[in-house]
Amino acid sequence: MGNRIIVLGGGTGGTLMANRLRRLLGRDAADIVVIDPDDEHVYQPGLLFVPFGLATPARLVRPRHRQLRRGITFRRAAVDRVDTEHDQVALADGTVLGYDVLVIATGARLVPEETEGLTGPGWLEKVFTFYTLDGAAALRRALSRFGGGRIAVAVMDMPIKCPVAPLEFCFLADWYFRQRGMREKVELTFVTPLDGAFTKPTCNRELSGLLEDKGVGLVTEFNTGEVDGQGGRLVSYDGREVPFDLAVVVPLHGGQAYVERSPGLGDGLGFVPTDQRTLQSKAAPNVFVIGDAADIPTSKAGSVAHFEGDILARNITRYLAGEPLDAAFDGHTNCFIESGFGKALLIDFNYDTEPVTGRFPGRLGLPLLRQSRLNHLGKLAFSWLYWHVLLPGRDIPAVRSQMPTAGKRPPPAPGPARLRKAP
Amino acid sequence: MMPTKTYADGEVAVNDEGFFTDPSQWTEEMAPQIASAEGIPELTDRHWQVIKFMRHEYETKGTGPTVRALGKTSGVSVKELYQLFPKGPAKVAAKIAGIPKPRGCI
Repeated sequence: MGNRIIVLGGGTGGTLMANRLRRLLGRDAADIVVIDPDDEHVYQPGLLFVPFGLATPARLVRPRHRQLRRGITFRRAAVDRVDTEHDQVALADGTVLGYDVLVIATGARLVPEETEGLTGPGWLEKVFTFYTLDGAAALRRALSRFGGGRIAVAVMDMPIKCPVAPLEFCFLADWYFRQRGMREKVELTFVTPLDGAFTKPTCNRELSGLLEDKGVGLVTEFNTGEVDGQGGRLVSYDGREVPFDLAVVVPLHGGQAYVERSPGLGDGLGFVPTDQRTLQSKAAPNVFVIGDAADIPTSKAGSVAHFEGDILARNITRYLAGEPLDAAFDGHTNCFIESGFGKALLIDFNYDTEPVTGRFPGRLGLPLLRQSRLNHLGKLAFSWLYWHVLLPGRDIPAVRSQMPTAGKRPPPAPGPARLRKAP
Repeated sequence: MMPTKTYADGEVAVNDEGFFTDPSQWTEEMAPQIASAEGIPELTDRHWQVIKFMRHEYETKGTGPTVRALGKTSGVSVKELYQLFPKGPAKVAAKIAGIPKPRGCI
């Protein structure tokens, strides 16, 4: 009899992993079941563009089951808990499924209710998020009606999915209000718990400079304790305030609730402790993790799930064959950063290497850490690649799972970041 | 040259920001002195609960927790953490507990 592989989650990581495993393992070698509570696969990179009328919500969604290869079973169900001692998944409807290998691909969950006042008065009237389809659509309506005033773009705390997205939102908002001929009526401020615009020092310099060039204020080390929608204030735990007429908030993220209900599976925030090189969970040898659900020190981003996919699929086949795992994942991350006016930056890094300048994936490739129209086109083309190459579990031509070094220049000498502190 | 500091008559290695680079050099006797340099004149039982929790987390996980994780798992709420360590609980408590600066998240 073949093995049963259960994949929890039919998002980016779960879909590409199921498809890769289906190709690697013959039908008699393994049953593959993907479980998700709904059948709506959202192209999450598109959410950023919805508030500015550059993407339509309905066009970002496709059925999850249609992204899976033949020979993969899709099951619509919510998970109650995982029992790693008995290799079983208990579904919310009471069904218990046994597995030989479990892949956790259930991503991160937004928990706006964990910030005081965030979902209280003013939520979806003055306080919005573009991290959900509904939120992005509501924000689009609010921006189109906005007559001027203070807009605060605030990250509640790390970790968040796509850490560059709130910065991109600022850049696009600058562009959007300039197009409407009212930029001088809008005061844009980026509010972050970090001590700079981004987590990586080399990018931090470049991105802080871009904020400054576009006239976007920067408030750092601001740990939001309360969002007062009615009064229009963000209040930090240490008593500072940022006033707003409209707030665009990235809510706190946690793992899925079933992870917290499963003994020994998750950490305090519901993410799954995972070996950062092999992608095997620390809970049990036959449980593996891909994408945002893992606690590993990478960005929570689709590119990471893609690069992990190649390595994890091979590691699962090794595990089933009784062979040692390959500690091959290097933390490779690749992000386009939309900077407005039809331009974008590209960054490429891993656990050990900071994002640097140069070209990607080689000497003749796209410019790194620099605004260009080519990168913007790359970002637009990525939507097609996502549905037709990433999700089917194929490799992007010339882009390897391990971070490339050809075409890259050594990092610039460190210098002071251009930062403004909160009053 | 690695910078050093002297706490409770012991010389310890620290980084540029004053975080211990070798947590095994830390003793409980050093904590009040580090705390006072951080503007905390007296360490209460609640401070100690957080400091001991930081040590424990570091020893089991290899890095100190973030403020949010502290609030969820230490038994002290985020609000109270800020009252105890006004300049930033994760960083200041890590410094007083003699562990490296929490890596935070990317």
